[in-house]
Amino acid sequence: MNEALLRELVPAVIGVLVRRGADFASAEDAVQEALIRALRTWPDDPPRDPKGWLVTAAWHKFVDAARAESSRLGRELAVEVEPPAGPVPGTDDSLWLYFLCAHPSLSPGSAVALTLRAVGGLTTRQIATAYLVPEATMAQRISRAKRQLSGLPLDRPGDPATVLRVLYLVFNEGYGGDVDLAAEAIRLTRRLAGSTGEPEVAGLLALMLLHHARRASRLGPDGRLVPLAEQDRSRWDTGLIAEGVTILQAALARDRLGEYQAQAAIAALHADAPSTAETDWVQIVEWYDELLRLTSNPVVRLNRAVAVGQADGPQAGLAELSALDPGLPRYAAVRAYLVERAGDLARAASLYADAARAATSAPERDHLTREAARVRQAIR
Amino acid sequence: MAKYLLLKHYRGAPAAINDVPMDQWTPEEVTAHLQYMRDFADRLQATGEFVDEQALAPRGTFVRMDSAGQPETDGPFAETKDLIAGWMVIDVDTYERALELAAELSVAPGAGGRPIHEWLELRPFYGVMPTVTE
Repeated sequence: MNEALLRELVPAVIGVLVRRGADFASAEDAVQEALIRALRTWPDDPPRDPKGWLVTAAWHKFVDAARAESSRLGRELAVEVEPPAGPVPGTDDSLWLYFLCAHPSLSPGSAVALTLRAVGGLTTRQIATAYLVPEATMAQRISRAKRQLSGLPLDRPGDPATVLRVLYLVFNEGYGGDVDLAAEAIRLTRRLAGSTGEPEVAGLLALMLLHHARRASRLGPDGRLVPLAEQDRSRWDTGLIAEGVTILQAALARDRLGEYQAQAAIAALHADAPSTAETDWVQIVEWYDELLRLTSNPVVRLNRAVAVGQADGPQAGLAELSALDPGLPRYAAVRAYLVERAGDLARAASLYADAARAATSAPERDHLTREAARVRQAIR
Repeated sequence: MAKYLLLKHYRGAPAAINDVPMDQWTPEEVTAHLQYMRDFADRLQATGEFVDEQALAPRGTFVRMDSAGQPETDGPFAETKDLIAGWMVIDVDTYERALELAAELSVAPGAGGRPIHEWLELRPFYGVMPTVTE
């Protein structure tokens, strides 16, 4: 059985149950149970009509749960086995589900979990493993999110920015357990891009593809971080780069620039360069200027300082940096890098050590510790 | 989301406001304290923020390999040493939320049923290295 195909079916089956009159929370639970059963039984006994099988199994689960609930409450059973159609949220697209699962009333963590389950078709256990929390905790997070959504209309489009933010968060998590979250984010964004003409959706998809293309070269064989300047560019996935660039160009041609398109443009310029030295840093700085017009995110200004350091020399980069808050994540690392390039090795070594202490992930800490050691060795 | 460790010390943390050793409480006060801890963990389960909790025995020893390739032990150490009593791991949306939960845990009832106001150590876990950095 193809598990990916099975997962593809999940949002459509939730849609069928909701059209038949089930509320979203119960429909989603029922489909999750049917999914778990399918994962168990399909390998030995694959159905001829997978979607029909899932719809039937999920509907039975839903009816059973509704029966149990109505007898618990001492009420008449309100659902029939084959009920009339309810309000129709879209026909077969799952756009409404994307919006609902990324609803602004949910915290980012809840929206991510719910999106992966209802739109992504992952099991609670897979999501829990990916985020390194107990399955019971993840189950609670999801049911709590669904309670927060109860009573919301399903047929109204929400804010695309919240949906994109959720997908971006999933992508940035990378790999967790047996689920490749980056690939999952790309799959969901690709599907979303197929059902909406929003240039920012295309921009995000392009951004993901262009970064995913470098994945094999980002970590060394021993798991160590390899910075962009030292990556083996022959290992970059040219197919993904070409696809990302094509998608980005089509999005930019629509002349509705947004932050994901601008970030993708920067990633495309890196992807296009044979080396750090031959990178078009001037144009990258211009894209950071565009990005700053779209967002006031201080991290963008930090990254811009790096680009300025490459385009106009380390002193120019340091001048940019002096206007920024030293408390920003990666500030110390950027400063260490620029100070080293400016030739002050003793200062750079101690800044790399500071940066290692401020790192928020183990690979970054290890990398910065090695950088401090490398510069100290050069001084001796 | 981000994971944090809430560390509770037998000793080594600054003194609590209601600083009476547990063996001098009444049995009811001990029961009330343990119930508070259980309720706190249950609430975190329900909010989807609970990851783990463990308690440690107050015995411990330092271990290393000696020159003969055998484990060599040292300790237990004097009363001045830092001694961890247990921990709770939480997974929360913000640092502020982590502070709020740690503060809540610090006021478990102690002697006289009054809140302990003990100091808990809050430590961030290393997170995932983000894919998009430039």
